[in-house]
Amino acid sequence: MFNFNTRFKLSLIVSCILFLTAALSPLRGDDDEDEQFENREKKGTVIKINSRYDFVAVSNPKFKAECSSCHMIYLPGLLPARSWTKIMSTLDKHFGENAELDAATQKEITEFLVKNSSDHVHTTRGDKILSGIGAKEEIMRISETQYFKKKHDEINPSVFKRKSIGSAANCIACHSGAERGDFSEDSVVIPKNEIVVPVKK
Amino acid sequence: MKKIFSILFINLFIVNLTFANEQLLKELETSARQQDIKFVAFSTSEGEKLFRTERMHSKGEKISCMTCHTSDPKKSGMTRANKVIDPIAPVANSERFMDMAKVQKWFKRNCNDVLERECTIQEKGNFVKYMMSIK
Repeated sequence: MFNFNTRFKLSLIVSCILFLTAALSPLRGDDDEDEQFENREKKGTVIKINSRYDFVAVSNPKFKAECSSCHMIYLPGLLPARSWTKIMSTLDKHFGENAELDAATQKEITEFLVKNSSDHVHTTRGDKILSGIGAKEEIMRISETQYFKKKHDEINPSVFKRKSIGSAANCIACHSGAERGDFSEDSVVIPKNEIVVPVKK
Repeated sequence: MKKIFSILFINLFIVNLTFANEQLLKELETSARQQDIKFVAFSTSEGEKLFRTERMHSKGEKISCMTCHTSDPKKSGMTRANKVIDPIAPVANSERFMDMAKVQKWFKRNCNDVLERECTIQEKGNFVKYMMSIK
């Protein structure tokens, strides 16, 4: 149908187009979050988040004061209500430490966590975590959820043990926006082994 | 004139800070006297000993106050969950030992974590006195 010259030109054009589409498509780390942003608009149950983040950055003065002196802030939307209730009722043995609170503070923080938990305020990412937890399972570590494991399957366990990270519980070591609810893959930076002590502003 | 006022204000502020620290220690002393008729005084050296003594925790690991606060109370420490702790010595962190409720809360938690028991009022006073003696 075409002579050699035309065929050569055509294939050149086609390969140019292929190359351009590949080059212009945004770079992706691995298998994650292509659908993340559209989903949020579509789902009926999803509470509108007026930021591009994955979880709602709710706060409460007591929650902030009591729950962030030893560890980073874990937003309530990361876990369902039953997990928070369990965590808050076992504070005397809180992941190997004594974190007891006075009764009034404990009650206020529990109510705050439950009200904003992933089964009360739905987000795309929160729903994904929730879907991998059994209905009666009172999971206490986010790192033990199916969703977390799937998302981090390419990370060697030794990476979590780096001095600069500590453990899988220290989200903020790699997800710098974790306390604001931002876990987007694009902003992940995995630190090297040395400890960097942040300078207080 | 403005300068004099601001210097005066800053001085008052510093005096107030020291005062609040001393006040807390006095309060501890008063309760120590009430609880124990044999109470003599708090001891800086005993406070330092409490801070520096390592013991074997029932979980099988060595632990002391220094595990999180480092061996230098003027330096920032780190919790076992990798969160930075501001220095514990008031000379490096003026917020320390100002609020009795806060102080008691942390003594309760940390004594239980390190010593696996609550601290006595004598131990608490020794500890605070040592921290306040650091220049």
